[in-house]
Amino acid sequence: MEAFTTHTGIGVPLRQSNVDTDQIIPAVYLKRITRTGFEDALFAAWRKDESFILNQAPFKAGSVLVAGPDFGTGSSREHAVWALKDYGFKAVLSSRFADIFRGNSGKQGLLAAQVAQDDIELIWKVLENAPGTEVKVDLVSKTVECGNVVAPFEIDDYTRWRLLEGLDDIGLTLQHEEDITAYEATRPAFKPKTLPAKS
Amino acid sequence: MGKTLAEKVWDAHVVRKGEGEGANAQPDLLFIDLHLVHEVTSPQAFEGLRLAGRKLRRTDLTIATEDHNTPTLDIDKPIADLTSRTQIETLRANCKEFGVRLHSLGDKEQGIVHVVGPQLGLTQPGMTVVCGDSHTSTHGAFGALAMGIGTSEVEHVMATQTLSLKPFKTMAINVEGTLRPGVTAKDIILAVIAKIGTGGGQGYVLEYRGSAIRALSMDARMTICNMSIEAGARAGMVAPDQTTYDYMQGRPHAPEGADWDAAVEYWNTLHTDADATFDVEVDLDANTLEPFVTWGTNPGQGVSLSAKVPSPEDFGDENAKAAAERALQYMGLEAGTPMKDIRVDTVFLGSCTNSRIEDLRAAADIIRGREKDPEVRMLVVPGSARVRLEAEAEGLDKVFKDFGAEWRFAGCSMCLGMNPDQLEPGERCASTSNRNFEGRQGKGGRTHLVSPVVAAATAVRGTLSSPSDLEPASAGTLTEIAV
Repeated sequence: MEAFTTHTGIGVPLRQSNVDTDQIIPAVYLKRITRTGFEDALFAAWRKDESFILNQAPFKAGSVLVAGPDFGTGSSREHAVWALKDYGFKAVLSSRFADIFRGNSGKQGLLAAQVAQDDIELIWKVLENAPGTEVKVDLVSKTVECGNVVAPFEIDDYTRWRLLEGLDDIGLTLQHEEDITAYEATRPAFKPKTLPAKS
Repeated sequence: MGKTLAEKVWDAHVVRKGEGEGANAQPDLLFIDLHLVHEVTSPQAFEGLRLAGRKLRRTDLTIATEDHNTPTLDIDKPIADLTSRTQIETLRANCKEFGVRLHSLGDKEQGIVHVVGPQLGLTQPGMTVVCGDSHTSTHGAFGALAMGIGTSEVEHVMATQTLSLKPFKTMAINVEGTLRPGVTAKDIILAVIAKIGTGGGQGYVLEYRGSAIRALSMDARMTICNMSIEAGARAGMVAPDQTTYDYMQGRPHAPEGADWDAAVEYWNTLHTDADATFDVEVDLDANTLEPFVTWGTNPGQGVSLSAKVPSPEDFGDENAKAAAERALQYMGLEAGTPMKDIRVDTVFLGSCTNSRIEDLRAAADIIRGREKDPEVRMLVVPGSARVRLEAEAEGLDKVFKDFGAEWRFAGCSMCLGMNPDQLEPGERCASTSNRNFEGRQGKGGRTHLVSPVVAAATAVRGTLSSPSDLEPASAGTLTEIAV
């Protein structure tokens, strides 16, 4: 995973709450077996509407999504994160993220920054009054800057550390393989096994 | 101090405690007892293993089934949609390469992953269960800690049989009282979501408690735990009891003999201690609950079936107001319209929420001896091939077919329309599934989430209806029963 320290890019105000992962990427695009190339699928239904924010210059070139509360609810599909990343987004700002979406973002190096709703409203105003304004997201100081707005954001320390270092999760866990093997030896005999198959 | 059920299961699976305390603590490394796999969220994970030269650590704790993409008609023919077929074939090749047990289309154990696990007896109390699907919360009905994970986590579990997780907070959902006739588990969970909101459970494990929950069957408890994710909670649980044990005993992978006794002894410890405290408690009165239905485009936008479509002005919060306006526009509804005046085009009985044998029985009981509204199309999709066989052995298929419903093969089907079962733009559906998101059941489709008995009554009347709205069933059927 690529390390993340700061990013500055055009902010996209998405004035909507409860943006579920079915909206971020409709199910029809989940049939692919690759991990990249999902940029066309991002907000596919909404992008058919010409007035949708990502169809307007300069937002089309945005890389920081500023959304309403409860972003990423619903399905666990990590494709939602892949689609945002493939389109070019580096960070999403919201006052509340769904747990699975936030977890998936952390694994893929997309920064899910939790910003108070009052600050989100201020940033929306700046971005709407002056489209194309850039948002600076600083993971070191845990702040976002947009026009004259400077706001703190929250992210758990472990995810922040992994993002800053660009660390691979599986590699980290396998450093403790002895602990896993030791745990396996203590599991009770009544726990089920899928093999051999019984029916 | 005592522990909650969720904390007990968590503590029993800690491989390695994260360093540090409180908010700054590193995650714990938890052992995973069962990993369920399906075709949609696994190909990139298998590919990741392959690229890194890693093995799948515990094939004996992993099982795969085909469900999201599978057609529910002509299952003996090659899948027509090429991308769907490729995804299924990729799962087959990956399972073969990595040694994973797979139940393919046509196999009698094939079906929706969350129906198959419990049915085989692989889901048991006190286990940790994961799957690359948010409705993994279903398995919490057995007192398991079960949660949906993303594809990166799927790969992590494949490689290590563990997951790094930060401890959750706990929320008790206390449901006391007795449900009235025609009111079901689905109505309980829709009412819970309407009460706490789609984000209300974020960061929590929910534990459903109280006399109304104790009185429910396992199928009904699964319906409730299934939709925990719709309240934002990654997991929901019910403490195991005699109902759980009775369901489990004799299932293919349930413990036997001395193992059964040892298991039951352990399972009996899996309840929240009297002196344990939850971070939050929510109460719901089962006595006054009515059939529930959604009017909007998220599962929290629901009301009693006897109520009217709400107005955006009813909502104090600006975001909720804007969301309601948008939802009404998408759903093509006017504020103030009685919910029961809303006409539907399609009724879908299926999905991991409501496709088990009891769901089919409950719906069949409503339609037996009645006629379907001729304008309404009804799809009945059993949750698994085994549920389908069981239903056919009871003659339920005949009840549905005589009524004019389509009797299909098992899969996720119209819950998310990854296969050909989709709504047309503007089409309206009463659905026993779990998500009424924009376009979920097909581009432009409009979804009202309901229970199986409301779905059945709606198919009779053509408008959203509860069983109590129906005229008595025809005399012909009564005679048949008498004979």
